[in-house]
Order: sequence, then structure tokens, then C-alpha cells
Amino acid sequence: MLIVVCIKQVPDTTQVQIDPVTNTLVRDGIPFIVNPYDTHALEEALRLKDRFGCKVAAISMGPPNAEGTLKKALALGVDHAILLSDRVFGGADTLATSNVLAAAIAKLHAEVGEVGLVLCGKQTIDGDTAQVGPGIASRLDYRQLTLVDKIITLDFSEKKIRVSRKLEGRHEIVEAPLPAMLTVVRELNRPRYPKVQMRLAAVEAVVEVWNNKTLQLDEQKIGLKGSPTWVSKIFSPERDKGEILGDGYADPAGTAALLIDKLMAKDMLPL
Amino acid sequence: MTPNPSIFAPLLIASMAVFAWGCWKRLSLISLGQPENRLNNIGTRFGEMLLYAFGQKRVISKPFGFNHFIIFWSFLILMVANTEFILNGLFPQTIKLIKLPFELYVPLAFMIDVASMLALIAVTVAAVRRLLSPPYPEARTLEAFFILGLIATLMLASFTLNATELSVFILKSGADPASFLSEARKVMPVSALLAGFLLPLQLAVIHTAAWWAHALALFAFICYLPNSKHMHILTAIPNCFFHRLEKPNTQPLENFTIGNSFGVGQVDGYSWKDLLDSFSCTECGRCQNVCPASITGKPLNPRAVIHDIKINLLENGAALKKGELSKTSLIGEGGEGSVSEESIWSCTTCGACMEACPVFIEQMPKIIQLRRHLVETETKFPDELLNLFENMEGRSNPWGIAPSERTKWCSQLDVKPFDKDTTEYLFYIGCAGSFDSRNKHVSVAMSQLLDKAGISWGILGKEEKCCGDSVRRLGNEYVFDKMARENVATFIERGVKKVITQCPHCFTTLKNDYRQYGLELEVIHHSELLRNLVQDGRLVMDKTAQEMGTTVFHDSCYLGRHNDVYDAPREVITAATGTTPAEMDRNRNNAFCCGAGGGRMWMEEHVGERINLTRVKEALVQKPDTICVACPYCMTMFEDGLKDVKADNVKVRDVAEIMAEALLR
Repeated sequence: MLIVVCIKQVPDTTQVQIDPVTNTLVRDGIPFIVNPYDTHALEEALRLKDRFGCKVAAISMGPPNAEGTLKKALALGVDHAILLSDRVFGGADTLATSNVLAAAIAKLHAEVGEVGLVLCGKQTIDGDTAQVGPGIASRLDYRQLTLVDKIITLDFSEKKIRVSRKLEGRHEIVEAPLPAMLTVVRELNRPRYPKVQMRLAAVEAVVEVWNNKTLQLDEQKIGLKGSPTWVSKIFSPERDKGEILGDGYADPAGTAALLIDKLMAKDMLPL
Repeated sequence: MTPNPSIFAPLLIASMAVFAWGCWKRLSLISLGQPENRLNNIGTRFGEMLLYAFGQKRVISKPFGFNHFIIFWSFLILMVANTEFILNGLFPQTIKLIKLPFELYVPLAFMIDVASMLALIAVTVAAVRRLLSPPYPEARTLEAFFILGLIATLMLASFTLNATELSVFILKSGADPASFLSEARKVMPVSALLAGFLLPLQLAVIHTAAWWAHALALFAFICYLPNSKHMHILTAIPNCFFHRLEKPNTQPLENFTIGNSFGVGQVDGYSWKDLLDSFSCTECGRCQNVCPASITGKPLNPRAVIHDIKINLLENGAALKKGELSKTSLIGEGGEGSVSEESIWSCTTCGACMEACPVFIEQMPKIIQLRRHLVETETKFPDELLNLFENMEGRSNPWGIAPSERTKWCSQLDVKPFDKDTTEYLFYIGCAGSFDSRNKHVSVAMSQLLDKAGISWGILGKEEKCCGDSVRRLGNEYVFDKMARENVATFIERGVKKVITQCPHCFTTLKNDYRQYGLELEVIHHSELLRNLVQDGRLVMDKTAQEMGTTVFHDSCYLGRHNDVYDAPREVITAATGTTPAEMDRNRNNAFCCGAGGGRMWMEEHVGERINLTRVKEALVQKPDTICVACPYCMTMFEDGLKDVKADNVKVRDVAEIMAEALLR
């Protein structure tokens, strides 16, 4: 049984800068990290590997430098790491991305082993759409279980999974047949830390690169051409409210008094 | 009469065999350790050995140390007497000291007699002390009283032996007892005094009994010695010879190659010197009595760590010699022979244990080796460290703040970037000075003072990265190695030669740890630089910061104990306030840690009393208005501690802030 984890390399910063001309993220000089939600998907796959002895493949679509992200996955213990990289994959929206990822998963299913589960983070911190995971499930006709915060039972022989979904103000227990695609939230687990031996091995390990010669996808369905979504504008929200009061270090008592006055004037402190 | 060589010789051979077997059994285990060069600077080593082993310099620095000094030197002197005793037992009447020339015999006999008496008094004092006020509660062991009793038996038997021989001589020669004994008292005061009482008794019986009592006690001592903690008699002297000549303030590099092991998870991962250390400990307990973790009720006890290493080595030595794996794990539940994870994580790496150890056992590096194994091989560490490790590796600061914020502290100041052609000093701000809202004030104060003194300085700005101190002390050597290599490359590329740091952790890492990477920087702590600027007249002290009131200074471990900087911060405070700071009871090399070193800054402290509270209370005894520190971690620990004890009226100030208060306000 094979578990596939989809991971993405994202820029590590809370202050994302946007190129006002092209409406895209400025990525120069910003270090990359593994999308935080994906690290929980990866961890869950590795836990299932520890429990059931199944194999884990990590796949990522991105530019050649996304290899680093897959090396991190190798250091944590995945068995296969595949980078889906080709110029024709570039500029993809969530639909085109899910086409490529689904094709890769199908290829793994055919050549490496029967895919039981696909795990994704609930969304990425750069695009925040939460559409790619469900897109993959639709393309592959897998059951989709989103926002999973706990795998309650998993039975590969019976091909059944039962999970808890974390929804607003409630949890939902859902059961589905395998294969299934799960998107996961942070509460699911606590990611492990890589062992040095594994890190060193990962440095030497080869990340397999699949391009469109490997996947043979119709160019109208991938990359910019296969993306019906067009971003017309990206901008940072202006802060139209809020101010910084006083100097909390130089005059903590005075600053607190300023704040209280302010809140009282707005009738926000019931006294 | 005695001696009887036909009984004595076999017993002697048997006990020598037990002695040799015991020594072999233990000392051969040392060869299981990893190689380490401790043979550099032989001359210095020889001098250190004379000073610390034979001169007992560290031993006598504490109460009852002089008592040990007496036992040690009596033991050396009495080696002569015991050699005579053994030879006499083998070849009766052939070898006697009395056959030496009179001028040589008299002082020798006098020394032996007096040394025996002093030893007897000293072991009595030691026994009474152990009974009434032991160095630590568990020190009242049967083993300790047994060995003291054995020494006392040897002394009493030898007095009796000498006294009967004097009496027999009187009877045989027909000399006048009174005048003979009064002459004899000048040579053997104690034995001659005793002879007066023995004269009328059954001398032959007493002599035989005393002779065999002495012989048996000696055999027991010889057999027991290598199989007990008293083996330190044999190992402590070489241990002083082989001690690390540089301060043990760094950890060894690791070679990150596939197939290597990282840290120490099995006892033979330690170096041979580490293993020799374990046989050199006589469990005096001085380390645990200064250890901030032990004192505040944490499970760590440095004495027990060394003991556990020894026990583990003895238990697994045979298997390890055969190339098999250990049967009992070194890191485990904390029973005898294993060190618990909780105790491994309790260490603040303050170095007090190593400063206190009379025979230079290096406890702290051994604990860090265990941490390395836990972090690098098993990835088992307290939960709160996961974020720290990821923040350090990903964003090069402990909080995970965006590296672009590193220069925010000086956004309102005119601070120039370091340029090798035009600036003399790199001011390495450090993570606390760059990101911690309280400590940024120290960075600002220091930069203003540098400008006032006309120093040519600059910063690396956003290129500055964390020095990696915490991750190294926490055993994450892999990440430290990456960080250190990056920083060293930056320093070389930017042509940095002289560095100012305001954090003792940056200070020690840049100065000592980076040397292992071939980078020799001239690193100066800001307290040293400020002191120099005052001395050179570049900072003119025309005003003093009297509003600081009564000050008390707290030594940072990595400035003081680990790097011997004690006077500079005190002199800065004196210059800035016009009065010398008060001293806490534990100060300078005996100072008590604030609790934040060794990466403890980033960990929770749930067990026992909080270390910072203990230290804050100690500071408050001096009734200070201002507690002066020279380290950002100490500052945080003191400010937190003062809030806990509701001492809101007491301020915490860095030495640079006090200086700025005097000159810039």
C-alpha cells in the first residue's frame, strides 16, 4: 500500500510583498519553507508508515529549487520523493496544478504500488485557496475528506477509513472507502524532527524529477494554458484603523492609563 | 615472635594479585574510550599536576580540604614506613629503617610518627564530620566509614608496634626507662609516649597482635583500593595531569559523515579521558553542592552522572571489549548506571561543577554529549525545543522573528554597516540585542557610548545571524555546525577582525567555539571595552549615575567562570556610579547561575524552586536599588524573578545602560 503526500515549497515570511506590476509575489531573497500544513500531512503519513509498514511517496510541483523541500521529506523518512518540474507546468492555477498532481499519483499507482491514501495540507500559506487537494480527489475520483484533525480508524484490508473533521464549532465523524484524499489541519499531530543520519542520507539521495515527457499531459490542461483563473490584482490590505499608543517601556503606567481612557471614551470598558 | 614470612608472603602475594586484578579490570576499560590528545604542553601539565594533585590547591580551598591535605601527605610519607613493613615481613630483621645512618633515621622516624598522628586526627575529624555534618546526606556510606576505620587501624597498629619495640629494647638493654623514653620522645613522640604505658604489659602478645593487625589492615586496604571510590588515590594524580588546559567552555566538533555516530549513547562513545574521569571521582559532592539544578531540586546531580558513567562502564565493559552492544543503556530511567533524560536537560552548563571539582573532572561536556545523542540520533527532547530548533535553523534567531526585523532596533539611529576598510570594530548585536524589546535598549545605549568615545564601528545588519550558542549547548551540533560555518564564512568575507559583543553567549561562541573552525577573532565583551575606554580617558567620567542607588553585580557564567572576565563589569559600574557594587554571597567564580544558560532559557522549569528566584532572593539580601547584569539572559531572568517576588522597586540594568545613564542623560 502506498501513501502519497503532496507538499509545496512556500516563501517564509509573514510580510509577503507583491509586485505591483505583475500582481505576483516577490520571491527574491525570501527563504523557502515547507508549507506548514503540509508538514502535518507528511507527519501523519510517516506515522502510518511506522504503524502499518506501508510506503510513503512525497510529490511536489514546482521549480527545480523545490528539490530542497523534497530533501526535507526524505530526511524525515519518506521512501520516494518526486519533483514535478517543467516549464510547461509553470503559471498554473489550482485546476492545472491538480491535473499534474493527479497524473503523478496515477502514475505512482500504476508503477510503484496501489495508492490507498493521498494526504495534503488543508491549504498553502501563500495561495490560501484550499482547492488543490479537493481538485486531486475529483480528478482521481477518490473520496475527499477535508480538514481532518484525527484519523480514528484505518483499515487497509477492509479499505475503510474513519476520520474526525474539524469544522467551525463542531467536529464531524466521517467514514469513507479507500482510496481517499485527506486534507489535514495542524491539530492532527506534532511533526517530528529529523535525525542527523537521515539528513545526511537525504543530502546524497536523488530526487526523481518528472517533467511532461514523463507525464504526457495535454498542454491545454496544464500550466498557464490550462488555468482558467486569472489574478487581476493582489494587494496588501490597508490598515484604516488602529494606532500605537504611548511608549510601554518608558512609561508602562502612563501608557496603560492612555489605553484605559481610550477604551472608556469608546464605552468599551464596562465600569 | 612475628613476622612470619611463610604466612605473610602468600597473603601479600594474594592481596597484590587482587590489587593488580582490580586495577587491570578498571583501568583496561579506559582503553574502550575514543582517542583524544591530552599530551600537549607536557611541562605545563606537569606543573598543574604538582599544584593541584600534590599541592591540593583546589582541595584546600574549601572547609575540611586541609584535612584531606593532611591525609594525602601523611599517606605519601607513610609509604616509606609501609614499604619497610612489607620488606620486614618478607625478610625479618634484614631491612629496618633503624639501620639507616642516625642523621637520616631520626628525622625520618620523627616524620613518620608525627604524620601517623596527624593522619589519625584527620581521619577522626573526617569520620565525625561525616557523622554530624556530611558534605551531602548520602555521603554517610558504610564504604566511607570502612576506609576511615581502616586508616585509623593502620595508624593505631603502627603506634602500638613502635611502642612495643621501644619497650622490648628497654627490657633487653636494661636502660633506664624514664631517661630512655624521654630521649625517644624526641624521635617518636607518640610511640614513645605509648611505650610508657605498655612497658609493664605482655609485650610479645601485644606486638604480635599489633603486627598482624597492621598487616591485615594493609592487605585489606590494598585489596579494597582499586575496587572502590578510593581508587582516586591512583587516578586523581594522572587526572590532574591530563586535565584540559584550556577552559572547558566549548564542545568538540562532530564529523557529519554518513555512518558516523553523533553524541554519546553508549559509554564507549566517551573519550578515554572521560572514562578516566569516572574513576577519579571520590564522590566528595562539591559539584552537587554548587550545581544550580541540584540545589533547586532538579533531578540532575553532577556527582551521580559521573558515578553512573562509571557503573555503566563496569557493567558493560566486558561486552564492549568483545565488540558487543551495551546491555544496560547509559540514558535511561536514572537508576544506578544510567542517566535520566530529565537530568540531562536540567543542566544550565554554568560550569560551577567543573570549577569546584578538585581533580578537574569535566562533567558538563559529558552531559552535552548525552544531549547530542538524544537530539541527533534519537530526536528525543523537550517539546518546547522543537520550535527553537526550527526557528534557529530557519530564521537564525530563537523566536522565529523574520530576519528582516533584525535592524529595527536602530531604525531611528545613524548606524553604519561594517566595512573592513573604514571600520575598526564589528558590533555583533546578537539576537537578544536585535529582537528582544527590553534588550534593544542595551544595544542603543552601547551604540551611543561607542559614538561618544569616538570608536569606529559598524554592524552586519540583516546579514548578521545567530551565533548558535543555545543549539550547541543543547546538543544540536548539526544545526550549530551549519550556523557556525555560515557565520565564519561571512566574517571572513567581510574582513572582520575585531568584534564587540554585548552578550556573553555570543562572546564565548565567537571567541572560543569559532576557533575550532579556524577563525581567530579578537572578541571583546562590551564591559571590557567600556572599562578600557574609561581607563584610556576616551570616556570621561565627569558625571555619575547616582540615581542607581545601591548596586549589586551578578556574574554571568559565560563571562565569568567560562571566560574569566570578572573585574571589567565591576569597574564599569564603579566608574559610572562612583561606588563599588555590592557582592552577593556567591560571586565571581563561585557565582550562582541565573538559570538561562545551556539553552535552559528556552525551556520550561517545572521541578523544584526556580533557579532565577533563588538567585534573585540572594541578590535582594544586599538590599539593592539596582541589580547590574552584563548578559541579556541574566537580564530576563532577573526581571522575571523580581516580578515573581513583587520587588517592583528594584531595577535591572545592563552595565552599558548604567554607563549611558551617567554620561548621556
